[in-house]
Amino acid sequence: MAVRFLDAGESCLVVELGDRIDIALNLHVRALCLAVERATLPGVQEAVPTYRSLAIYYDPLAIDRDVLKDRISGLLGSSGGEGGQRPKLVEIPTVYGGEYGPDLEFVGRHTGLPQDDVVRLHAAPLYHVYMLGFTAGFAYLGELSQRLSVPRLSTPRLRVPAGSVGIAGTQTGVYPLESPGGWHIIGRTSLRLFDAARKAPTPISPGDKVRFVRIEEREYLKAAGGSP
Amino acid sequence: MEALEVVRPGLLTTVQDLGRFGYHKYGVPTSGAMDQAAYRTANLLVDNEEGAAALEVTGEGPALRARADLTVAIVGAEMEPLVNGRPVESDAAIDIRSGQLLELGRARRGLRAYLAVAGGIDVPPMLGSRSTCLPAAFGGFHGRALREGDLLPVGQAGTRRLPVAGRRLPPGWWDAVGDVLTLRVILGPQDDQFTGEGIQAFLAGTYRVMPEMDRMGVRLQGPPIAHRAGADIISDSTPLGAVQVPADGQPIILLADRQTTGGYTKIAVVIGEDAYRLAQAMPGQAVRFCRISMPEARDARRAYEGKFLALRGGWPRWRDRQNYTLTLGGQSYRIGVEEGMGKYRVSLDGRTVRQSEEGEPR
Repeated sequence: MAVRFLDAGESCLVVELGDRIDIALNLHVRALCLAVERATLPGVQEAVPTYRSLAIYYDPLAIDRDVLKDRISGLLGSSGGEGGQRPKLVEIPTVYGGEYGPDLEFVGRHTGLPQDDVVRLHAAPLYHVYMLGFTAGFAYLGELSQRLSVPRLSTPRLRVPAGSVGIAGTQTGVYPLESPGGWHIIGRTSLRLFDAARKAPTPISPGDKVRFVRIEEREYLKAAGGSP
Repeated sequence: MEALEVVRPGLLTTVQDLGRFGYHKYGVPTSGAMDQAAYRTANLLVDNEEGAAALEVTGEGPALRARADLTVAIVGAEMEPLVNGRPVESDAAIDIRSGQLLELGRARRGLRAYLAVAGGIDVPPMLGSRSTCLPAAFGGFHGRALREGDLLPVGQAGTRRLPVAGRRLPPGWWDAVGDVLTLRVILGPQDDQFTGEGIQAFLAGTYRVMPEMDRMGVRLQGPPIAHRAGADIISDSTPLGAVQVPADGQPIILLADRQTTGGYTKIAVVIGEDAYRLAQAMPGQAVRFCRISMPEARDARRAYEGKFLALRGGWPRWRDRQNYTLTLGGQSYRIGVEEGMGKYRVSLDGRTVRQSEEGEPR
């Protein structure tokens, strides 16, 4: 598919590189994002990578839209490299089941798998971080094993604790903040996924890889400072 | 210095500024003042730096007690402000003495007012902004709306009483608001996912603001907007003013605290200036959309920025401000000298020791 430039208002240019969820395509988005950030174009405020497109926010009085489009077109041809910014591997220590993962039992019953297998299937893959969104520090990961596919909760919970690890359909993710939520909760991590006091407020960046690592409750309690 | 005490918090009073930029890729919303035009104007009235934090007051205002002499301006929704029970001007810089009570009432016109204090609300910046991010509960004053008993720090309070009291906006600064709020839009980025009739309905119809409205967005009700195939897209970035249309065909306009990504088709994006106007709309407000081109949008932005430039240019700043610290016999003295607008002021440890008299030659 050809690259499409789409205006999203007077100060946002969307560069759409494709129309599917695909890791190779997403890596192109990441590479373009890094190239745009490195180019420090005048008037460009921020670049936001998503599954298959890059949104570039700019000041239309500082840079003309057509000039910006030309500059981005130039970067498209040369943005293959990572510019020294290799994706990270982020390990997410997770305690599964019990009070930390109240839906693990349901997932086992629904999928017909022993709970240990559910955990093993969840913790096995190296998940790709397509993007962050929804809430601060929430990473969209791909792709959960089809064998763990469960529907969303019919009634979303009003309060899901921060660090909860959830699954729904073929998606999995971590709630960085306490929030309402409709995913099945199978575990909880002690890793802080959002901290506004840090310059990089989350340990996960778009394009990184994520692996869930099973830990025991006492390790969780130790890492979480003694309180669940 | 903790120069403002919250006696009554009002319905939803938060610390806001221009917004938090550069963190969408981590899922962090922009936040910031919902009506940036009113917010910027309030700061200009009290000679603040562009981007100084102010209070955003929603629906019904707070009662605040000054714990220092302050210069403030109230701009935006008409909330019949009182100082010690006596009406004071909106859209103007006013002086408040230490101990006086500033009260904002229920909004008579508009929804959000901005209270700027000379020196700015001096909460620590987080991720480059002093705005309160309500969805992620950080920034502003402890990441939340104000509560009774809160003590708000004000930058350089008491050391910067400026001769700006009496500054007011030129007549005609605000456009008269008619019965229908017209929002200028640029079609896209997913206008190709709607039928011709759907786009026609969107551009010709009158919509009403629904009660479901907050800092994240405003839901509208009116002629349904038909999709070609479906309302879902692969989630992408959500700009300010994006007009999302889910499967029911009823538009939702995304505002300051919106999620950074969304999975609904966006038929159009409201230009910034008009998104700020929408932030003043009450439920029931009639809204229409007017399509403009990118060059027209840029011209509108230039005219909008030009208004602020002219306003700032008309009010010379207290540009020259020097602070000296003298240490004599183990004791430190802070001496400030301010000069501008044909006047001067010398202070010692924040207290004025000498200033120009009315009519005194420089």
